[in-house]
Amino acid sequence: MSEAGLQVDASVRLDRFVLQARFDVGGAETLVLVGPNGSGKSTCLALVAGLLRPDAGRIGFGNDVWCDAGRGIQLAPERRRVGMLFQDFALFPHLSVAENVRYGPLSRGRSRGDAVSLASAWIERLGLGGLEQRAVDTISGGQRQRVALARALAAEPRVLLLDEPFGSLDMTTRGAVRSELRVFLKGCGLPSVLVTHDPVDALAFGDRIAVLEDGRISQTGSREELLSQPRSAFVAELAGLNLLRAELAAGRGLKAARVGSTVFHVLADDRAGAAFLAFSPAEVALSAERLPGSPQNVFAGRVREVLPLTDRLRIVLDVGVVLVAEVTREAASALALAPSRAVWASVKATAIRVYA
Amino acid sequence: MRAAAALRGRERPGLRLCFGAAPLALYIALPLGALFVVVPVGELASHLGSPMALRALRLTLETTLAATFLAVLFGTPLAYLLARREFRGRAALDALVELPITIPPVVAGVALLLAFGRRGLLGRHLELAGVSLPFTTIAVVMAQLFIASPFFVKAARAGFESVEPRLEDAARSLGASPWRVFWTVSAPLARPALVSGVVLAWARALSEFGATMMFAGNLPGRTQTLTLAVMTALETDLETAVAVSALALVLALAALLGARWLGGRVGVPNV
Repeated sequence: MSEAGLQVDASVRLDRFVLQARFDVGGAETLVLVGPNGSGKSTCLALVAGLLRPDAGRIGFGNDVWCDAGRGIQLAPERRRVGMLFQDFALFPHLSVAENVRYGPLSRGRSRGDAVSLASAWIERLGLGGLEQRAVDTISGGQRQRVALARALAAEPRVLLLDEPFGSLDMTTRGAVRSELRVFLKGCGLPSVLVTHDPVDALAFGDRIAVLEDGRISQTGSREELLSQPRSAFVAELAGLNLLRAELAAGRGLKAARVGSTVFHVLADDRAGAAFLAFSPAEVALSAERLPGSPQNVFAGRVREVLPLTDRLRIVLDVGVVLVAEVTREAASALALAPSRAVWASVKATAIRVYA
Repeated sequence: MRAAAALRGRERPGLRLCFGAAPLALYIALPLGALFVVVPVGELASHLGSPMALRALRLTLETTLAATFLAVLFGTPLAYLLARREFRGRAALDALVELPITIPPVVAGVALLLAFGRRGLLGRHLELAGVSLPFTTIAVVMAQLFIASPFFVKAARAGFESVEPRLEDAARSLGASPWRVFWTVSAPLARPALVSGVVLAWARALSEFGATMMFAGNLPGRTQTLTLAVMTALETDLETAVAVSALALVLALAALLGARWLGGRVGVPNV
């Protein structure tokens, strides 16, 4: 999928773990690298940009080798043509908006005239007209981001790296900037890698999402794949799902899936052994008494936490394993849900997705 | 930094604080004022016209400017290296570079003699080549450089350290070579610190006495700088000594005000 694109397969030792950066991006695709803070996302970008030397592995673009630790090749950052959008934008505080945008082309040896016209084209295209002479600390956060983008693009990069592009924006501008940037990245025809710790941002962008946890990419896929088949607690939380690691019994159809000492009943094909169980919190029904009849999974447990969402409540339960349920406010008050309250939780076997 | 001060909304001092702060301020002000009171200001100028004072002034300006120039030329790469690169022996180099600030200048003078004197480690080879450094104007510049350059290196290093490394990374990723990054990003952003380092080093070179005395001697017209001239004049002509001292004070004040003005003008917010 990445003809003439960026190929990364490199590792570097960090404080807590060895980061294994392994991904590729081509065409006009945007790869979103999502993961908790400290999982090594920004380090991946530093490797690609050439700001950090890997201990092992290769990084290349198309037929060009940017880095080959085995052969001792490490191309300097200024020779890679990587457009980098830093978390705090890293605009030059001593230069005006226009001078910031001109910096790239001038550094790449373009003539002054070329640099001026390239810069003004990008300033115009990103809606920054009229701000050319302003000092960069006198414009808004959203405008600063667009200046940073214009500055990166005016340097004619071959790939764009965006480090937490929404991190320093307030909630009100965030949504708008996110959709703007998404449309823009699609239109600019460059492969890009976007790093975020926020699952919401990741899902909003997601052509292709790679989940980075403790230095390893634990899962890569489209938004739909991640949402329906999470493989880690981080992705499950991102998808708002309950995720359990189970041991499937043999046989097909309705059968047992053991999660620690708790046994679930699920519908599955004839596979046995290790599997994931995933189900939505809305599928977990709560009651004061044991429900008679149909549900195959009924557990006695206690409420651990009650978390208010906008129109409903999220209930964290301990039934031997930790489950999350979502109920309406009316249901919650009828059941008098509060921490340490004893309740019955039930889940239909048909509501549980089973995958290896 | 200025914005932070404004935010704090400084209050006016109370009476007790005034009493606490006054003694040292007065203690500094009184002797400096005395320089201009003991000899009437009108007469100061006539004493400065003496050939001894004029020669000392001219020599001082030439040597201190040369020493400051050399401190900037060689101190800047050293300061940048210490601020930005990680290498073995960095802490030792750091201590070495700052050592001349704390050692007694007279000792520095002796050390210079032992290195560059006629029989010194390097000096004896120079002597063979027909070059003799001690007791020349070059020796004055060398003594000043030795004593004063650490002040520039220290200030410049702090200035480079205050520049956000991300800005240099950003410049590199935009296609700038390390050389260009230095001239277009690091140096301009560190400029207030560099300017204050230049002024500090120059002022220290101006006040140099001990090392110069030991290594360059006190030869009128060749190695007798303002400070040495003051000492010589004190023995014969108190009023000239005072006049030259007052002149040195005016130069120091000019340096201080110049630094303030330049620092304010080129001041770049520390983002």
